[in-house]
Amino acid sequence: MKLFRTSSLLAAAALAFGALTMANPVMAAEAGPTPERQNWSFAGPFGQFDRAQLQRGFFVYREVCQNCHSLSRVAFRNLSEKGGPEFSESQIKALAAEYPIKDFNDAGEPIERPGRPADYFPKRYPNDDAAKAAQGAVPPDLSVMAKARSYSRGFPLFLLDMLPGMAYQEHGVDYIYALLAKGYTKADDEKWNAYFPGHTIAMAKPMGDGRVDYTDGSPKTLDQYTRDVSAFLMWAAEPKLEERKKTGLRVMLFLLVFAGLLYFTKKKVWADAH
Amino acid sequence: MSGPSTYVPKSALGRWFESRLPVMGLVHSSFIAYPTPRNLNYFWTFGAILSFMLGAQIVTGIVLAMHYTPHTAFAFASVEHIMRDVNWGWFLRYAHANGASMFFVAVYIHMFRGLYYGSYKAPREVLWILGVIIFLLMMATAFMGYVLPWGQMSFWGAKVITSLFSAIPFVGDSITTLLWGGFTVDNPTLNRFFSLHYLLPFMIAGVVVLHVWALHVVGQNNPAGVEIKNVQRDAVPFTPYATIKDSFAVVVFTIVFCWFIFYVPNYLGHSDNYIEANPLVTPSHIVPEWYFLPFYAILRAIPSKLGGVLAMFGSIAILAFLPWLDTSKVRSGAFRPVFKVLFWVFVVVCCGLGYLGAMPAEGGYVIASRILTLLYFLFFLSLPFIGWFETTKPVPATIADAVLAKSGGSVALAGAAHEKP
Ligand code: HEC
Ligand code: HEM
Repeated sequence: MKLFRTSSLLAAAALAFGALTMANPVMAAEAGPTPERQNWSFAGPFGQFDRAQLQRGFFVYREVCQNCHSLSRVAFRNLSEKGGPEFSESQIKALAAEYPIKDFNDAGEPIERPGRPADYFPKRYPNDDAAKAAQGAVPPDLSVMAKARSYSRGFPLFLLDMLPGMAYQEHGVDYIYALLAKGYTKADDEKWNAYFPGHTIAMAKPMGDGRVDYTDGSPKTLDQYTRDVSAFLMWAAEPKLEERKKTGLRVMLFLLVFAGLLYFTKKKVWADAH
Repeated sequence: MSGPSTYVPKSALGRWFESRLPVMGLVHSSFIAYPTPRNLNYFWTFGAILSFMLGAQIVTGIVLAMHYTPHTAFAFASVEHIMRDVNWGWFLRYAHANGASMFFVAVYIHMFRGLYYGSYKAPREVLWILGVIIFLLMMATAFMGYVLPWGQMSFWGAKVITSLFSAIPFVGDSITTLLWGGFTVDNPTLNRFFSLHYLLPFMIAGVVVLHVWALHVVGQNNPAGVEIKNVQRDAVPFTPYATIKDSFAVVVFTIVFCWFIFYVPNYLGHSDNYIEANPLVTPSHIVPEWYFLPFYAILRAIPSKLGGVLAMFGSIAILAFLPWLDTSKVRSGAFRPVFKVLFWVFVVVCCGLGYLGAMPAEGGYVIASRILTLLYFLFFLSLPFIGWFETTKPVPATIADAVLAKSGGSVALAGAAHEKP
């Protein structure tokens, strides 16, 4: 009986596994090399953001990326919320005021006023056509970019990415890092990128060493900038990541204890039946 | 099996109500006194797991619908609003999206269980067919749900699948126009899909009631595939035996479910669905959700569009004919050496089709899809013949004997247990 039970449970697991085998292994066939995995502080079940890194990443975004890209699903107030860069309220007030926001005055006339913490990051271009005319292609909004790109390690390796102990969800940031820090390899062609599908990218290499002034002593290198801005984009795409993982731990502990209690109750109830 | 209830409520109010609407008696006879075979293994807990998942999808779905906007201009933004601004919105959305996948994991295990143990055979044909109907409704529900967040895969998946109907002769184009509410996938499509996505789960719930009713008329099958002959020796009462076992299984399943929600919530999804739908940009590969992949592979394996559509729907419809395709006198696959081998080959074929459904439809993948599609149908078509020539192993006379053979001990009569409250 015991043996039979275990074998049927194993078979159930194999079936479930088999079913999941089919998940999502396709990526653009013409995409470049597979991006390398990086060490992200927010990876894994206990991963959390590095506050200082998010703040630096935001500065990179503001100094460089913002010239072309929007971040329209993020509000200024989000930057001071828990689990994010956690700037102080006064910092956010000052920051928001730097951005002109389109609004209407009491007479109903269109005006531009300084931003407030509740405002969202304004769009860089009024519409896609304007963006395309200026940049040659539409620079995509970066709010969910870190979840909107991925790569597959191919069957059967990609299956490991869902397993406890090996779980990995950071494919999107790996890609962004590879694109910006490792992709521009042809000195004579600034629009050639090894990691961009098709290799011809409308975004010329946006930054190099020394481009942004860090005040906290972190290295002013392309590598460091890219890590920081990628982490910032991960937060922008998943602002509840820390809350999610913290809640997950409590839920899991509860369920494990509950399942244990039920198991022993079940054993006791069934003791006289076989 | 259940018969008229002998249940008598303890309170006077209860007796007054019971003589007017015997609903407590119904609950008592279905979920308390109902005799369940004592030899059920954990595969029999997936019915409870599925009921739990349906409830979870309905609860999370209703709350999501309070914050979601079914309009092409706002749908994607409203889902992001749920993820960012709604209290516990990220949890609801990840629970609902992963819940759909878990629902299908459970239903596939449930169906393969039925297949292996011959649960579709007389007298359970209607029960089985109701299950096939639930499966179809689930597929329709999940397909329409996936369109709602209005990402690139939502849009292009909807486009590919709805276009299939245009292959039907004469009425095809009208059906497609009706589904779209226009001449392409657009706002009217999103509106009707939202409406139907809200409706269908309740239809599923209705069919589930019939499914459970049919189950309680004919009784549960079991690993030995022999009916309950002596309720005292062969069965245990649903409560506490099945209730506690099902509860344990549901909680274990929830642990797996929560692992996905809290730690790998986007693993089962496609990153392209975080790009807002754009009718002018076609993704390089359009892939459906994983649970549709085997059927998608069958669709693409056939060179003609109409042929592909027929094969795909045929691959599901053929399940409804199983009770009559299988001619074996022996119910449980455990005593059928040839069937057992074919069953496992069939499982591998289904997983293989799933893999191929995710691959581009080119070169060797197409050839492999054709071979596996052929094998898929051959499995069903071989069943009548196997039933005729297969030499089966001896089947235990009663469930009690089966338990005895397994445990090697003596069967404690559960009669005493029956009297326990
Ligand atoms: C000079 C304008 C400009 C600047 C500055 C710029 N980008 Fe871009 N970016 C673009 C354009 C244009 C595209 C669209 C490329 C295409 O589709 O060919 C793009 C595309 C991207 C993509 C998407 C690539 C893909 O896989 O589709 C990412 C990610 C990205 N940029 C990140 C950044 C980051 C991070 C920064 C700041 C460090 C930045 N960009 C700075 C113009 C710019
Ligand atoms: C049989 C049960 C159900 C299944 C299998 C199912 C499946 C799905 C799927 C796959 C999605 C897409 C998730 C995503 O990728 O974001 C979805 C979205 C959605 N569903 Fe359901 N669903 C079910 C029941 C319900 C019910 C009962 C309701 C409402 C009462 C509902 C409301 C919604 C809403 C509002 C969305 C859009 C929000 C979102 O995308 O997260 N669902 N559903």
